[in-house]
Amino acid sequence: MSIELRNVSKQFGEVVAVNDVSFTVKEGELLGLLGPSGGGKTTVLRMIAGLEVPTTGDIFIRGQRVNDISVQYRNIGFVFQNYALFKNMNVFKNIAFGLKIKKWRKPDIRERVAELLELLDLVGLEKRFPHQLSGGQRQRVAIARALAPKPSVLLLDEPFGAVDAKIRQELREWLVRLHSDLNVTTLFVTHDQEEAMEVSNRIVIFSRGNLEQIGTPREVYEEPTNEFVARFIGVMNVLDVEVRGGIARVGELEFPAPDRPDGQKLRIGFRPFAVQISPDPSQYRYPGILRHTFFLGIMLRIEVELPSGLYLRARMTKEEYAQLGLHDGQKVSILIRSYRILRGEGEPLSPEIVATDQGPATFGAGI
Amino acid sequence: MQTETQIFRRATHKKSQRATEESHFVRWFLIWIALAFVVVFLLLPLINVFWQGLNHGLKAYANALIDPDTRSAIRLTLTIAGISVPLNLLFGLAAGWAIAKFNFKGKPILVTLIDLPFAVSPVVAGLMFVVLFGSQGFFGPWLAERDVQIIFALPGMVLATTFVTFPFVARELIPVMQATGTEQEQAALTLGAGGWKTFWLVTLPSVRWGLLYGIILCNARAMGEFGAVSVVSARITGQSDTMPLHVDKLYHSPAAASMTAAFAVASLLALLALLTLVVKTFLEWRQQREYELAQRSVPEPTLVARSLHQRGSQ
Repeated sequence: MSIELRNVSKQFGEVVAVNDVSFTVKEGELLGLLGPSGGGKTTVLRMIAGLEVPTTGDIFIRGQRVNDISVQYRNIGFVFQNYALFKNMNVFKNIAFGLKIKKWRKPDIRERVAELLELLDLVGLEKRFPHQLSGGQRQRVAIARALAPKPSVLLLDEPFGAVDAKIRQELREWLVRLHSDLNVTTLFVTHDQEEAMEVSNRIVIFSRGNLEQIGTPREVYEEPTNEFVARFIGVMNVLDVEVRGGIARVGELEFPAPDRPDGQKLRIGFRPFAVQISPDPSQYRYPGILRHTFFLGIMLRIEVELPSGLYLRARMTKEEYAQLGLHDGQKVSILIRSYRILRGEGEPLSPEIVATDQGPATFGAGI
Repeated sequence: MQTETQIFRRATHKKSQRATEESHFVRWFLIWIALAFVVVFLLLPLINVFWQGLNHGLKAYANALIDPDTRSAIRLTLTIAGISVPLNLLFGLAAGWAIAKFNFKGKPILVTLIDLPFAVSPVVAGLMFVVLFGSQGFFGPWLAERDVQIIFALPGMVLATTFVTFPFVARELIPVMQATGTEQEQAALTLGAGGWKTFWLVTLPSVRWGLLYGIILCNARAMGEFGAVSVVSARITGQSDTMPLHVDKLYHSPAAASMTAAFAVASLLALLALLTLVVKTFLEWRQQREYELAQRSVPEPTLVARSLHQRGSQ
């Protein structure tokens, strides 16, 4: 086990930035800390680095309690959001800084820096100053500098925040490759769920200082433990329904709820993938009109309007779309294959409820 | 048809230009006023100082400068500046660091207090020290018992000069340090550097131009200070006169030659001012350039460029 947090909290004055957070990071893992801004993820990262001190709780790195060990002795590599390169030093000196501080011998420093320049595709730039580098190059220098003293953990704060979208994609793939080459335990902070899903082995999701869920990208997407995670990861259709006569309704949509009292208000959520579309307006129970198709590469996002004015979001592949012969403005019918009951932020979700019949007569199991 | 539209375009173009620019008359009027002001109030007096110093020939000028009293004044001025400037350098670094990098209660009060010497008349500043350390002053008897003299001696002049030149370094450093932020220092810490090494290797180099700029201004003011120093100096010629005090004394002396001498010494101070301006301009240019370089973004090398580069090297 590389890093362990035990009941760690951090308060800034009255504000609770991190609230009783515990999790462990395995050796060699690539872990994403994900959440909206102000969620506490950066504070967690900075506490692991030693740049912030926890108000309560303990932090362990490789089994050693590090609460009272100051930053410079923790042997961590930290990559700042804006890189924080030493602007008065060239690339070589930036990377060599940590080695010089640790009093490495000069030939060893040269060898190590050369190795990192090679690894990070920076060969030929060693004499350049930070202002002579592009955003992506600056970031790679920052990573090289952090890696040079062979840290036990690499911590990255919003590593892709400051570069433009096209480079960001390249950098993500590149970070994954780098991690698999070096196998150093790596934690990175991001507010971009897609980025976290793509890069991490596991994701820790924070909201308002609380740890909401920790799991593999697949787990948090398919088995979100609460409404916050369900709505934060991926896209979700959310409907406010009200129970009347054993049926929960909104617009023309009906969900069987035999054991619920009249007047109870519920929220129902389902992923766009759960919405099945047929070009035959009478195949499924609910007719609708295909309003917009958004091309997102191989995947398409589709908006369907129901007669009551409800809009539902669906997703399918380009091939499926072509096979069904769909187009904007077409009359279609839809089926919601599965859904969950949302019980409010931080509250556990219902298990997935699967619609049992493809036909129009019945719809799903009871709520 | 075509010419008509062209004329029309030209007319509207002219009109839009006029909307954002002043008329020729106003522009020239303002420029000439500013220029006349500079010439009458700054350039003419400055030229006059050199003219008056040199109008009895180079020999008289040189004699005035190698006069033992003048040399003593120069020595004293250099001594005082040599103590005051380093003291304010230390203070300015400490204050700049505290204000730019930490958050603490009473920070606005400290920022205001740093400016206090600018707001207080130098004569009043001198009197403050007389009241504190003079023989009738607050610490006077205690100091007299121990045979320590501050007022009408070198320590008093150093104190007065330090007080008056107190804000220069700090005021130059605070904005530079605030702009740099604390991330570079934090990065140094994560790489294993302690506080002292971080300061020497990271903080100091990143503020070096601002710091030099502050020192230059501080030094110019320290050498030129008159009011505060005149209050706490014993004003014994050849012993406790600084250059400005010496100029003043020569100027008021009835001897005919002393007028030339006054302007000769004054011309040295004026030279110092000119030198300060040159260095200041250079430092500002360096700072500006560094800032612009830091702002400039280098385009990402695109995939095309990379493959071309590879082809070129084959």
